Amino acid sequence: MTHVAIIGNGISGVTAARHIRKNSDFDITIISAETDYFFSRTALMYVYMGHMKFEHTQPYEPWFWKKNRIDLKKGYVHSIDFDEKKLNFKNGDILRYDVLILATGSKPNKFGWKGENLDGVGGLFSKQDLDRMEQFTKGIHRGVIVGGGLIGVEMAEMLLSRGIPVTFLVREDRFWGNVLPKQEANLIMRHMKEHHVDLRLNTELAEIIDDGNGRAKAIKTMGGEEISCGWVGLTAGVSPNISFLKNTKLETGKGVLVERNLRTNIPDVYAIGDCAEFRVPLKGRRSIEQVWYTGRMMGETVAQTITGNKCDYTPGHWFNSAKFFDIEYQTYGLVPPNLSSTECEFYWERAKDNLCMHFIYDRSTRTFLGVNTFGIRLRHHVLDGWLKESVSIDFVLEHLKDANFDPEFYRQYEEEIVEKFNNENGTSIQIRKKSWKRILKFVN
Amino acid sequence: MKSIKILGLILLLGAFGLFNVLFFLGEFKVSDKGLSQFIESKRIKSEVFIKDAQTLINQSFDSPKDLSAKILSFAERSHQYHRAKINDLEAKGVDQSIINTEWGKVIWLKAIKKHGDFSYPLVKASGYGFIVDHKVLLFFLTFGIGIIGGLMFVLTSFALDGPAGIKNNGIFQNQATNKGWIAWSVFGYLIWFYLLLYFFPDYLVNMIYIVDPISEILNGGSASQWFLYGFMYCVFMIVMGIRMFIKYRHNKYQIVRTISVLFFQIGFAFLIPELLVKFNLPWYDFKNSWPLNYTFFFDWNINQLLNSGNIGLFMLVWGVFLAAVIVPVMVYFYGKRWYCSWVCGCGGLAETLGDPYRQHSDKSMKAWKLERYLIHGVLVFAVLMTGATLYSYFSESKEFFGIETENIRFWYGFAIGSIFSGVIGTGFYPIFGNRVWCRFGCPLAAYMGIVQRFKSRFRITTNGGQCISCGNCSTYCEQGIDVRAYAQKGQNIVRSSCVGCGICAAVCPRGVLKLENGPEEKRILEDNPILIGNDGVKLRED
Repeated sequence: MTHVAIIGNGISGVTAARHIRKNSDFDITIISAETDYFFSRTALMYVYMGHMKFEHTQPYEPWFWKKNRIDLKKGYVHSIDFDEKKLNFKNGDILRYDVLILATGSKPNKFGWKGENLDGVGGLFSKQDLDRMEQFTKGIHRGVIVGGGLIGVEMAEMLLSRGIPVTFLVREDRFWGNVLPKQEANLIMRHMKEHHVDLRLNTELAEIIDDGNGRAKAIKTMGGEEISCGWVGLTAGVSPNISFLKNTKLETGKGVLVERNLRTNIPDVYAIGDCAEFRVPLKGRRSIEQVWYTGRMMGETVAQTITGNKCDYTPGHWFNSAKFFDIEYQTYGLVPPNLSSTECEFYWERAKDNLCMHFIYDRSTRTFLGVNTFGIRLRHHVLDGWLKESVSIDFVLEHLKDANFDPEFYRQYEEEIVEKFNNENGTSIQIRKKSWKRILKFVN
Repeated sequence: MKSIKILGLILLLGAFGLFNVLFFLGEFKVSDKGLSQFIESKRIKSEVFIKDAQTLINQSFDSPKDLSAKILSFAERSHQYHRAKINDLEAKGVDQSIINTEWGKVIWLKAIKKHGDFSYPLVKASGYGFIVDHKVLLFFLTFGIGIIGGLMFVLTSFALDGPAGIKNNGIFQNQATNKGWIAWSVFGYLIWFYLLLYFFPDYLVNMIYIVDPISEILNGGSASQWFLYGFMYCVFMIVMGIRMFIKYRHNKYQIVRTISVLFFQIGFAFLIPELLVKFNLPWYDFKNSWPLNYTFFFDWNINQLLNSGNIGLFMLVWGVFLAAVIVPVMVYFYGKRWYCSWVCGCGGLAETLGDPYRQHSDKSMKAWKLERYLIHGVLVFAVLMTGATLYSYFSESKEFFGIETENIRFWYGFAIGSIFSGVIGTGFYPIFGNRVWCRFGCPLAAYMGIVQRFKSRFRITTNGGQCISCGNCSTYCEQGIDVRAYAQKGQNIVRSSCVGCGICAAVCPRGVLKLENGPEEKRILEDNPILIGNDGVKLRED
């Protein structure tokens, strides 16, 4: 029987295992040095904040793995013998495989800062990172967070939930500047200040200062300011966790290099999720995609290929979501941080309630290209359907009520949004009533 | 602000402490008038009991327990005396009419249930001294101060917990909400209180005295333990409902829903029935549907309604119509949430007082299995019990397939009505979550669940592929539904047990869940393993 070994029990590896099981009788082993069972990495923050216990982040009960004949092996693979198809574990164990899936995820970026390996300094990716944060943030008077992205704002929320003041250093002139347009970034920055985050834009970390016992006691910025703190969060992005694969037959760049079908240069070896790097990036997308959803889709795809239904990784229209303190964010299609000359934008905001919607469409054809929505939920099936059908911005606004996914009784703003668009663009779009028929057309 | 919160807590605990100290206080003296009213109301004919009881007159007791114990021992003694005498008379072979007269003197005490009920009226009538003379003052010192303290405690969250949004910080790090010593203490207290309420109301008379003035205003009579309970129920729901308004001030569904449960509890379950009594009409809760309202078809209820004129007749027809037509039709259009989390009193308490404990429901597959056996078992029990009752009512036979109908009813009332829905249903809140009764026991929930599962427009829609499996939805589902198991597969949640509280959708950080009513078509989605957004995968056709 074919034995599929999967290194990494995150969303990518586990999704691959589940789908291989659906399609085959192969023996499957998932290997992890991190935890006994799969958990939702994106939920680690809620454990620290006391919203959940760690076991609540595990989507499957322990019996699930046995019932589905998925072996779980806890252990650290320190090298791979690709010729003999053997995994060598740190403790001396050896595991043979026929097919290998690398799903090793990421590790927090460190840029060679002085003091970056001190106690009280850490990122937030793994369960161990969470444990370290728990250990080193007890009783501290301030945390400093370096790097203005999603994990940074999560870490700020975590520390504040325990009453620890936060100073947030952002190198750019706005929060998450490589992803968010300035309007949305401003909205989020205002909200962070509402939560008393000490936000420092255009500020870079110079070094982390040792208290003499190997523990961080302060940081120094490039501007020379020293900020006393008990915890330094490094959240300037993540990079593929592949150091044990360097200098082997496996071709790597920043990540493990893969083709469109997720194969590496070695037969029967695949890479998926955060650790995979596409040799040729997909149109309009990055060569490494470190998002829950893309990891899941790569898992779904590679399982098909391995079980004989050859598939390329062909994700549909981009979508993503996040939450910044109390503001939910969803995005569908492409909303670039800065407009190109062929793109047009329409922005609506209700500052009082931290709501906004930002539409992007093609200047000449008026084709709808994407939307960012903050504080208002949108319906994935409808947005995906519109993007697939390349409808116009006018169509989107006319049928905006179909897309609303807010809970019942919530105030709806579609009229207000369309009125603003009409005023700014001289159009006379009439908003239509919600239609279940149109909505369900997009649902299979 | 923090000190106001702490002061509020101190006031609340002080008032609560005083309320419980009352349990150990009080002076009791049986009066001539009190005793004769008691003998009359209980239709006591035993000369042995009456003679014994007369020795109590003007004797002082400093605890309701001691007085009650005396009354019960006399009742027990008279019971034995008359039973022995009957045996004696039967042995002698005297005339049956003499034996029947003797039977009429026997005082029946159901050992497990009713015995507190027997002595309660006489104990209640015998109190004197400070408590009885200062009902209003004590009411203010317990309920008044308690409400003020409680409000100070919950209202300060508005300022202390930061901007509006989901604020579940520290729930699993707190002794009160993470099964710590506070939770276990509350658990013990609630069970103790419910046991007294159901089986030993005679011990609670001091607490009942202090709501007498309100009872007199509303229904014209003095308070019973059920009046105290109903009043406390409303007070807890209002204070904890205000907490809900603050906690979910960003979520209009939660606000409207909380207003609705408060309205139905205070209006329909408390004020209207009490006012009906004032106008000599039957105590009637218009929203309480059979089979949750399991006494509806009992002979005494039917007879009482039939004897109450046109209004009584309307109540009878309404009760049948509610259970047979309104309940299923509303479940078809809106899901069982219209009842469970918008109207129901049990649900109302669970959604307000019980909200801090919703995370304790067991989400395991085992618990789901147990749930299906138990709740449907109770439904079958309720239907059989009602069937037996109606059979006996119309056939005037005391037995149903060889079992005494009265016995079936007694055991249903004891095991389901008192122990399951009351002692367990609320007592278990702090440890097993706030919907233990609704999930495992309520026969009305079972009935509506069957409709909701198979014939309804209600579903929780999963928003395409946006789920990140974080687990907030499952953790905060009070009904123990593993919401995430559906959401992460892109499936809508269509489950008989969902009460539509909407908290899963509220705590979801990614906007994945929406409670809605829509066409039955595509309500339950087929298990398509590839979620939306992954266009490259075409499954093989095999």
